[in-house]
Amino acid sequence: MSAFTLTVNGRRHTVDVAPDTPLLWVLRDTLNMTGTKFGCGMALCGACTVHLDGTPIRSCSTPISAAAGKPITTVEALASHDIGQRLQEAWVAEEVPQCGYCQSGQLMSAAALLAKNPKPTDDDIDAAMSGNVCRCGTYQRIRAAIHRAAGTGGVK
Amino acid sequence: MSSDTRVSRRDFLRTGVTSAAGLTIAFYLPSRLTDAAFAQSLDRATDAAAFAPNGWVHIGTDGLVTITVDKSEMGQGVWTSLPMLVAEELEVDLKSVRVGPTPENPEGWTRRMGTGGSSSVRSSYDLLRKAGATARMMLVSAAAQQWGVDASDCRAESGAVIHTRTGRKLTYGQLASRAATLPVPTDAPLKDPKDFRLLGHRVPRTDTPHKVNGTAQFGIDVRVPGMLYASVERSPVFGGTIKRVDDARAKAMPGVKHIVRLDPVKSARSEAAVAVVAESYWQALTARRALVVEWDEGANASLDSAGISASLASLAQKPGVQARKEGDATSAMAGAAKMIDAVYEVPYLAHATMEPMNCTAYVRPDGSCDVWAPTQGQSGTQRVAAEVSGLPVEKVRVHTTYLGGGFGRRSETDFVAEAVALSKAMGAPVQMIDTREDDIRHDFYRPTTYNRFGAAFDASGTPVAWTHRIVGPSISTSKGFPPRNGIDGSLIEGAANVPYEIPNILVEQTIADLPIPLGYWRSVGSSHNAFVTECFFDEVARAAGKDPYELRRALLANHPRHLGVLNLAAEKAGWGTPLPTGRARGIAVAEAFGSFVAEVAEVSLDASGKPRVHRVVCAVDCGPTVNPDTIEAQMQSGIVYGLTAALYGDITIDRGRVRQGNFDSYPMLRMNEMPVVEVYIVPSTEKQGGIGEPGTPPIAPAVCNAIYTLTGKPIRSLPIMRAGKSRIAEVGQ
Repeated sequence: MSAFTLTVNGRRHTVDVAPDTPLLWVLRDTLNMTGTKFGCGMALCGACTVHLDGTPIRSCSTPISAAAGKPITTVEALASHDIGQRLQEAWVAEEVPQCGYCQSGQLMSAAALLAKNPKPTDDDIDAAMSGNVCRCGTYQRIRAAIHRAAGTGGVK
Repeated sequence: MSSDTRVSRRDFLRTGVTSAAGLTIAFYLPSRLTDAAFAQSLDRATDAAAFAPNGWVHIGTDGLVTITVDKSEMGQGVWTSLPMLVAEELEVDLKSVRVGPTPENPEGWTRRMGTGGSSSVRSSYDLLRKAGATARMMLVSAAAQQWGVDASDCRAESGAVIHTRTGRKLTYGQLASRAATLPVPTDAPLKDPKDFRLLGHRVPRTDTPHKVNGTAQFGIDVRVPGMLYASVERSPVFGGTIKRVDDARAKAMPGVKHIVRLDPVKSARSEAAVAVVAESYWQALTARRALVVEWDEGANASLDSAGISASLASLAQKPGVQARKEGDATSAMAGAAKMIDAVYEVPYLAHATMEPMNCTAYVRPDGSCDVWAPTQGQSGTQRVAAEVSGLPVEKVRVHTTYLGGGFGRRSETDFVAEAVALSKAMGAPVQMIDTREDDIRHDFYRPTTYNRFGAAFDASGTPVAWTHRIVGPSISTSKGFPPRNGIDGSLIEGAANVPYEIPNILVEQTIADLPIPLGYWRSVGSSHNAFVTECFFDEVARAAGKDPYELRRALLANHPRHLGVLNLAAEKAGWGTPLPTGRARGIAVAEAFGSFVAEVAEVSLDASGKPRVHRVVCAVDCGPTVNPDTIEAQMQSGIVYGLTAALYGDITIDRGRVRQGNFDSYPMLRMNEMPVVEVYIVPSTEKQGGIGEPGTPPIAPAVCNAIYTLTGKPIRSLPIMRAGKSRIAEVGQ
């Protein structure tokens, strides 16, 4: 066990965990922030996506030792950013979620996409979002919601 | 619909006794969807002594409406559609209606609590409307009484009663307590569907806001003070037992509280297992990897997929139990001008819900037990928790969370048995979480089947005989209830009721005895039978020299609901119009869970033979619609679920173990592969059907029929991509 200091959504936390503990489980079990989800544990499904220093990462496969000291943003802080807010509104307008379990990760991937590329094409969306699995099949609505949030048309 | 006669039966509604102030309407929802069971339930309800409500609508003095029903929200939108039924008739804004906590004591419930079979709306449509209408009538009476006017001079609107002449107004909140003292009317009229302001209109889901900000609570998000986490190592071979455990290393690892051996629980179909319980999940998982468990692999240690397939093929040599017989197919074959035959196979499939299986349990020192579970089966959950904890059933409280996908997997109770046993052993609350590999390797699978088909034609090319022998293991037998007459209804659904008007039809079924645990998988038997029958139908059409859509139309002339969706899908897809080179359409139609769905898929193949599905046009007739947006969403969802399985879904067995483990070996359809899906709803006043499952069956045959058109070779076995390689490359183009 070692002490790590991390900054999550602007708040500093010190946690005492094994250095190989994935960021996902520190968020969920230690900090009790359950919005970030466990899906596969191997960076194959994107349910655990958070931003590390502005970059979308799979927190299930990122050890705490690699995440400490850098700013971390999770779904809980999505609404505090303009892009995140627009995405949430678009998700509601397009009625994206079904079971909803993957949507935290989908939103975090979409937010990272729009931060880098404010007007994504369908191909850009494919490239940025294909790491996020949705078992309910909401992909078409996710695509429409990203376009809506970006103001690039309402393909539904 | 026969709703008018049904709901005019007396007295199935009562004012309920409740501690909450306001008006409560209690009602009884039948367990089964058959009309006979429905009538019987109303008869029971008319007997005052027997009246045991299982649903409530409560109007509080604050005007908030809470409905208590036994349905789980797993993405299918019932926490929106069920409130819509009440809100429509009660004349309140949907925003003021909420679904209360799911009842915690299923034993006190008068029907088996569970969510499945695409039945939630179908089984509640009349009754929830009637409950809303009854409450509205009582609130109007209460207002009339207070004002000393005639009720017919008052109207209900947006959560209030208005005296039409004077414009005086009392809110439902102000009226609820007075209304509760009035007799319950038995003749509350239901609205004319033409006056619906909610039903049949697109309505935003009530759960969406919580699902875009991380606050929706799934099973895995439950937090109980003092809670420990567990990771469970189960027998890798189905039915294996523990020979020896060396847990010395695991025990010494940080945070580890205990290593617990779990015995199989037959009623829950759980496996022998060794669990690590620790302070955090990562600690439990890390220590589990340090466990050394020696297994007695038992009788199934040499089982493999090739052997399973060979055993099914061998059983298919002999006649099975007749599931459907029209005319005399054998004689018709003998005298036919032309015959074709084919063998179709489908693999085992896993559910792979996005939320891995998990359950939290606390067997408390006071002799009660709490279970927090993302469950489709509250009754089974309670019974299994009671059995494992050794407590009376009524001492078990079941708390239902949001489900991160269900698809049938969460109607099982294996994960409940494990969590309860672990809590009992620890004397503390325990949350058990599967890894993805645990989930894929210890599922209750969609059965594999082997199908022998034959068809015969007369001299003019018209099909005169259809034979289908279906061989596969039985879900019912796997659950411990072998079918009495040798026919497992779920193994033949979508096959025995093949709708085509062919004079001689013989459908037979043989149940194979195989030890792989089975369960209900979205659309159950129709998931495989629609594929095999609708693809063989295209072989029939080709042999007859007919267009597959036109031949379907001809042979469905007396099946208006099949025909309605078929024609609509074909028209919207532009059936018969030119497509870009290298692209073809395939069509399929299926009835499942009382609804009718046709789908047309536009497909091309890349150089490696991998299909790309560009567009899917779907037409659905599910009877009266509740929320068209949910219908559309469920069709999109069912199509992705079925397309994923058609392309990739493949659980194979090697040395008694499931070979696949995570999304690398059990791949999912992703954004870059998503076709454009268009959904069209046939306006219908026919009997209401379900929508959670019926979107799934037609997609595999629609896609495979398009490939058949492209290559001239039928796809007779799924998945299309096996272990990363296209079957189309195998059969040649």
